[in-house]
This record gives sequence, C-alpha cells and structure tokens, in this order.
Amino acid sequence: MSGPLADLCVVELCSERGAWAGKLLADMRADVVKVEPPGGDITRTYPPFLDDEPGPERSLYFWHYNTSKRGVTLDLESDAGRDAFRRLAARADILLEDRDPGVMAALGLDFPDLQPSNERLIYVSITPFGRNAPRANEPANDLTILAGGGPGWNNGYDDHSLPPVRGGGNQGYHTGCHFAVMSALVALLHRDNGGRGQHVDVNMHAAANVTTEAGTYNWLVARETVQRQTGRHAAENPTMPSQVRSADGRYVNTGVAPRRPHDFKLIHQWLEELDLLEHFHPAALLLLGAECERIDLSKLAFDEDWRAIYGAGREAMASIASHLTAYDFFTGAQKRGFQVGIIYSPEEAMADPHFVARGFPVEVEHREHGRSFTYPGAPYKFEKSPWSVHRAPLLGEHNDEWLPK
Amino acid sequence: MTRRPGAAAGGALSHFRICDFTGQLAGAGATRFLAAFGAQVIRIEDPVPEGRWDILRGNPPYVDERRGIELGGAFNNHNVEKLGITLNLRTERARELLRQLIGVSDVVSENFSAGVLDRWGFDYEALKAIRPDIIYVSNCGFGHSGPYRDYKTWGPIVQAVSGLTFGSALPDEPPAGWGYSYMDHTGGYFMAIAILMALHHRNVTGEGQWVDLACTEAACTLNGPALLDATVNGRPLRREGMPHANRSQFPPMAPHNIYAARGEDNWIAVACRSDEEWRALRELVGERWTQDPRWDGLSGRLEFEDELDRNMELWTRGHERFELAARIRDAGLPATAVQRPEERIDKDRNTEGWGLWPSVKHTVIGDARVDGLPVHLSETDWRLERGAPCLGEHNDYVYGEVLGLAPAEMASLREEGVI
Repeated sequence: MSGPLADLCVVELCSERGAWAGKLLADMRADVVKVEPPGGDITRTYPPFLDDEPGPERSLYFWHYNTSKRGVTLDLESDAGRDAFRRLAARADILLEDRDPGVMAALGLDFPDLQPSNERLIYVSITPFGRNAPRANEPANDLTILAGGGPGWNNGYDDHSLPPVRGGGNQGYHTGCHFAVMSALVALLHRDNGGRGQHVDVNMHAAANVTTEAGTYNWLVARETVQRQTGRHAAENPTMPSQVRSADGRYVNTGVAPRRPHDFKLIHQWLEELDLLEHFHPAALLLLGAECERIDLSKLAFDEDWRAIYGAGREAMASIASHLTAYDFFTGAQKRGFQVGIIYSPEEAMADPHFVARGFPVEVEHREHGRSFTYPGAPYKFEKSPWSVHRAPLLGEHNDEWLPK
Repeated sequence: MTRRPGAAAGGALSHFRICDFTGQLAGAGATRFLAAFGAQVIRIEDPVPEGRWDILRGNPPYVDERRGIELGGAFNNHNVEKLGITLNLRTERARELLRQLIGVSDVVSENFSAGVLDRWGFDYEALKAIRPDIIYVSNCGFGHSGPYRDYKTWGPIVQAVSGLTFGSALPDEPPAGWGYSYMDHTGGYFMAIAILMALHHRNVTGEGQWVDLACTEAACTLNGPALLDATVNGRPLRREGMPHANRSQFPPMAPHNIYAARGEDNWIAVACRSDEEWRALRELVGERWTQDPRWDGLSGRLEFEDELDRNMELWTRGHERFELAARIRDAGLPATAVQRPEERIDKDRNTEGWGLWPSVKHTVIGDARVDGLPVHLSETDWRLERGAPCLGEHNDYVYGEVLGLAPAEMASLREEGVI
C-alpha cells in the first residue's frame, strides 16, 4: 500500500512556523525533504530534550514536528547552496517555506525565480501576516498571532482580572499550517486537472482571525461582542458554568444539560443508583421533567417551570460529577447518552483505552538510541492509503542521496 | 453578480461534486472550504424538521429583527456557496434519489454520530456498491470503532477529552479551556484535508476509499512536544505549576505573557525571544528595575519569571495597549493588543486589503458579511459570493438538471413529502 501522496516530492524550508504543514504531508508518505542550514534548524535547540540533555538529535520538539521527512543541509548564503536548492525545487511538486517576507526574494529563491524551470511548482509561503500586506514585516509569534488574531479574547476566566489565555500547544502556528496544507492540496488538484503550479500566500494572523466561531460572526452579523468565561464558550451574556471538579480532583465538562423527558428519567435513576437522591433537593423537578415535553432552549427565558426543571437537570449532572471520579462520570454519563467530557491532560488522553484500542499511540523507532518511543498517531484513518510515521531526520542524514555532487 | 446555481465558479475544484450531509461547524466548515474553490457542494437537509438536524439553522445571531429558519447568521457563515436540497430519507423514493445522487458524486461527507448513515442503509459498502470509486469521509467525535464509538461529542467535549482544554490554563486555576469550538473549526480543516488527499489518491490510482476521522484523535495530535515530554521523559503536563499557557516552555522565553494595559479589560501580549530582544525592551522600558543583572540572561529571566512579569505588568498598566504594542514591535519584539472582535475585524488595516470579510448575498437575509479565507492562490483563488442555501432552494436545479427528473415528477415528490 502506498500513501495518497506517495507520488509527491515536497521541499520544505520551514522552522517553527511551518514544520507542522510538512509533517502532515510527510506522514501521508509524500517525500518531504527538509532543508536546514549546516548547523541545523533552530528548533533542534528547543526543549524538551531526550533525558533533558540538549543536542541536535535530542529535541523532542524537532522530533515531533519533523517525522517522516528526509533531511538535507544547505548553506543558502552560498552560491553552491542556492544552486542545490534550485535543483531540488526544479523537481519538486510543492515547496513549503516560512521565511519572513522578502527573504526568499533576496536569496533569488522566490516563486518568480523558481517557476521558469518548473511550471508545475506549487510554492507555499507561510508568514505571520501574509506577503505584500500592510503589516507583513511586523514581528510575531504564536502568542501574538493568537492574542491579536481573536482566539485570545475568547479564552479565559469568568474573573476578568485574570488575563485572557493563549491556549497551549502552538495552535496559532497549527491553524496557519492547516490552511497551508488545504490550499496546497487545492493547487495540486488543479494541477492534476491540467492546470499549472502557483503561489499560495498563507496569512497566519488571518487564519486565527477566521477560527474563532461566534467571536467573529456575532460581530459580523449582529455587532455583538462576546465575553470570555471559564471553561465554556465566550458569549455576549453570561451563561451557566459547565465545568465541575470531580471527586478525584480532575475536572469534567458537563456538556449539554438534559432536555428530553427521557434524559430526566435517566438522571433521576442515576441519582438513585448512586444513593444521592435523598440529598438532592430538586429531585421532584427531575420527575416533572420526565413528564414534560422536550425543553426548547429558545423559550427558556419565558417559561418559569421549564427554567426550574432545566436548572434541576444541570444541578443533578453537577452533583453526580462531584461525587464520582472524572472517568466514572464521563463514561457513566456517555453510556446514558449525555454528551459530557473528561478533561484529560494530553498524556492521560493518549493512555485512554479508547485511543489505545484504535491504535492511536504509535511506537517510533530511533535506532541511534536503541529504543522506540511513543508518539501521537494518525489524525485520520485512510482505508487504502494509511498514515504512517518514521522518526525525524538526523542532521544532514540524506545529503548524499539528495544532493549529488 | 448572479450566476446559475450549478455553474461552478470555474475554480480549482469545479469539476468535483460533493454529496454533503455535514452540518454544524465541524463538518460544514470542511465543505465550505471546498465550495470556496468551486466544488459543487450539494447539502442535503431533512424537510420534516426543516433542516434542524443542524442546530445552527435559524439560530442567532441575526442581521435584523427578522427570525426564522432561513435567518441564522452562523448557518449562513458556514454554508456559503453550497447548494441546498431537501430529502426525506424515511421514504424509499428518497433513498432511491440519494442513490442516484451518490452515483454522480465524487465524495460523500458527513459528521453524524457513528452509525447514522448505516441505519439509513448507506454505510460504506452500500456507497461503494452504488459507485465503486466513491470517497466517503466521516467525521465524528470518537471515530467508527473502539469502545467509545457510540459516545457523542461537540467541540468542547472533543477539546476536553483530547487535552486541549487542560492545556489552556493558568497555574492554580481550573482549565480556562477554549472560549469557542476550536476543534469544530479544526476538525473541519482535518476533514477538508482528508477529502482533498483522497481525491488526489483517486486521481493517481483510480481508487476511492473511506476515511474515518475521529475528531478527538485529530485533536490529540495537536499537543505534540508536551506529549513527547510525557511519553519519552516521563514528565506529565499535569504537574505543579503547570500548565501556564501564556508563558512559553518550548522554546523557553521570558518575558512572554499577556499583561494588563490601561483601561477596563485591556491586555497586551509581549514575547521576548532572545537576550538581544531583552536589551531592546530594557531600553524601551527605561525603568530602574530593568537594570538588575538577573535579567540579562535567559536563565535569570526564567528563574525569577514571576517577579519579571510583575514588573512588566506595572509598566504595561500605565500605557495604552495599541500604542505600546506598536512601540514594542518597533523595537523588534512580537507584541499585540489582545484585540476585541470589532478591533481585529473592522480596525485592522491588514484584513481589509486581504478581503478577509467578504459580503455574500443570501436569498432571504440579503447581504451579510462572513469569514473569508486566510490564503490567496495566484492562479485559482477562492470566491465567496452566494450565501447559504435556503431549505430546498436548489431542488429544481439538482433534481431537474443534475438527476434529470421531469417537472411533473418533482411536483409529485413535493406532494408526497419526499423532497
């Protein structure tokens, strides 16, 4: 079996901003050749390190973002290095680069420089504000992309003396890279259909800007400004909390509160099974909910009885959540048809039996270290052309193969 | 401008037809992207509940005082450039029409809970029997296999279970989480990627396939370095003092935080990436505390980061955030005001020239601004002009021109409640 992209050659000149885009293509078996300066890409100096010892082959950050790629080193400051880069680009289907605007042109390696010798080249530029934009040359990183682009205003706490929260894990970079990959694939399908290559200009700040759901469209449509709230959607007017601390100190998201008569019946039974019924004062309201028609949220504000029943349902969920471990609440509620979630840390998520059963954690062999390590697996399961992964390239590992003298 | 509903924009994807069952954002966002490049996306809605299996249909925000099933602003945003048909799959005649439509489609896309399409008799085997090279992409919370295959999710639940909610927090506080469905957006992006990759695979090999996208797994891939720190070094993210999402661990830098600025709920984000940038910032701040040699090197700034942040905030509090951010950027450091929606949408000079908020024409709503795309392609750029479809708005076109039904036949389908 071969990957859906097995026929593709991708040249990647990316560091922290764009490496995720290259990984998404490489793990689907495109031949991604990562070009690094002779001393290695700067992300090789990023922690965490294997056993906390720094070293160009020990950065787990580099490992994660560069799986399944090949690695070559080129000094683009030299004529020979630039020539070799041109030769690579001449046979590439896709070139991914995340240099500041103007850098590639100064090197003579911009799209207009490379296109004449490769009409089929799809040249993807990933920059913080897009090329040729008024703010193109402003410094930016993941924090400022998310804080300036919209997500920041949405994330945080009910207590507005606490700052807005970025959200962890380089999601500003990831979002830009998702658009880079989607757009490169659109350009590829155009080429499959007889079209030629083209330039794709990805604007990371704009990517964050159109990835904030109601934060954006409530303003576009109704000129409403959402306000951040703890653990739930920012909203123009405050909504009820949905995050509860469980008996084991973890948190859960109690999700969508019961609305159907059947839901009220189930939750009443669950309280009874847990021996919590006699301590739960609004229990009678749950029984009433089991007799009523489905609660229409849009009419909640006008119907006092519904409001009381709905409130009792929420309270019952919260009460059960606080009496159980987070896991027992999560699985117990889901088995009863309630959309709730356990708030896992990343490592807890990967150890969960569901993801293990689906083969999500994968072992990646690092022969140099005589060991294999557990990595996150496939974001999607392709039946005919599965995702696969091998370890990131060592520095200059494929120079001989890819850079014939 | 007006154009025939089926006449694709002449875009890069105008030769593809998508038989689209997606809804909400996690699914609708995927086919929205394809439609922006000219794919003919035919959205199928159930006429009985007036398409309400998508909870956004008819729900706020609204452009004016009008209310109703066609007037939901979010629905319009997520379904621009798509065609809309109604089909009551409780009837055998509707299932026959669906088979015909699948027969002339390249892709079937859906984000129901696992098993919904199976129950209607349209699992992958059935789809393949209709069209052997069909591409079927399903997107649900936990995927179509495994112990939780019947569990249900929406964005915040995906974020909770995958570790993304946990990672969005300040120390000694509960998770702040994401104040919107980051994973509905991002699940849609992964779904679009899956569809596009499967189309390319079919171009090369002639084969269709099923892609089972579990939104929670896609989300789990987004915690990479922290995850490897746990699996390789045995250092979990759930530990004392962590996470601190506004600081930077990978790579470590300081100052790196969101600080209070002058005024009510005003904030400024600042990142100092090197000792050189610290020296530039020190000069700009110009206060005595900055001269302390502890701040000269990264290790000192990290060791005493709480104190550094307190000092920084005493400084930023006295300044207007936009003006201060501009001065810090002029010194070479990333800095920005935490922008409110009106600021990043209507007052950011970068978005206007980009065309980031195009106005589309919806048959009932009228003109409405929507999210644009953060990319521009030099040969085959996107185009968003037509608003979301009204219920059954394109029945005549799809049933008549695409499937070739006669007007009398369509009239009887309407009468029988099939469409």
